[in-house]
Amino acid sequence: MTRALVTVPKTAKRGEIIEIRAVVQHPMETGYRRSSEGDLLPRDLIRKFSCRFVESGNANDTGAMVFAATLHAAIAANPYLSFNLRAASSGTLVFNWEGDNGFSHREQVAMTVA
Amino acid sequence: MWRTSVATVMLFALMSLTQAQDARKSGFDFMRPATQALQMDDTQNPGMLWVKDGQMTWAQKDGAANKSCTDCHGDINRMRGVAARYPQYSLVAKRVINLGQQINQCRTTQQQAKVWPTEHPTFLGLEAAITMESRGQPVTPPSQPLLADAQKRGETLFNQRIGQVDLSCRDCHDSLAGKRLGGNTIPQAHPTGYPIYRLEWQSVGSLQRRLRGCMTAVRAEPYPYGSTELVDLEAYLAMRAAGMRLESPGVRP
Repeated sequence: MTRALVTVPKTAKRGEIIEIRAVVQHPMETGYRRSSEGDLLPRDLIRKFSCRFVESGNANDTGAMVFAATLHAAIAANPYLSFNLRAASSGTLVFNWEGDNGFSHREQVAMTVA
Repeated sequence: MWRTSVATVMLFALMSLTQAQDARKSGFDFMRPATQALQMDDTQNPGMLWVKDGQMTWAQKDGAANKSCTDCHGDINRMRGVAARYPQYSLVAKRVINLGQQINQCRTTQQQAKVWPTEHPTFLGLEAAITMESRGQPVTPPSQPLLADAQKRGETLFNQRIGQVDLSCRDCHDSLAGKRLGGNTIPQAHPTGYPIYRLEWQSVGSLQRRLRGCMTAVRAEPYPYGSTELVDLEAYLAMRAAGMRLESPGVRP
């Protein structure tokens, strides 16, 4: 089971710059390492991370891209990403991780902007 | 006035005395600031991923008895101070057991479920979640005669030279603590952060995994997981670290 820790302030003032933090559990296997038996460990990486913002009352909307990253083999296991955004209106932040072997994990966090 | 100043002097004397007495340091104090920051901040600490899993497992019904930890113990926050008292003598097992073995004992006797396999991520998560409830609490091994025997056996193992490299735990962790072994600082071996997220492992691991790692490093044959020898060593280390504060989930290089 995949686990992720996402830290978003529950409430923010309009126009305030807030910090978002996201950690996801993933081995980030490079594909260059060998097991104790000498077999090559198959590559297993997260390739893409994205964070979209869906304004409240707009459930069908796919939202606007807030932040995205492409991840590579040199990134450690359980990658941690942190970024800032300006709080404009209340809504939901949707986090998405995608990677090798059909890996996909989604988290969403609601945020109220006053 | 005179009385107050005497009291003040005595207080300062006592403070300096306790400071002078306790030269013990957690592995945390030997780490680089960046690694310390990783441990201090729960939103960054990767060990929290395991803790989150453990907290969910706490409330999950399992086994033939279809019981969860909550059914007997209530909310996980009632576990405050529990982890600080392990390893301890168990009346059920009739020997000294560590927290992990206690969890497995609950699984077989209460939940009637299978024991967790060694170093299973959910098992470690549950142990980490329970230990986190005692964060900031001092390590307090109970006074039990049979535990004292285990601590004594553990002390003997701690001082015994092993392996082709012919080193005892004491040789490095008492005599050479603070000095360097390759690129790493040798800590004083106080088990205050376990289960830890170790950057080298890129995952959470138990104290027994760490002990076995050291044994392999001195080219000795490590004791098997769950063996009396490893639990005895754990009991001795807990006694050695008595009064130091728990900091789970710890992060170590």
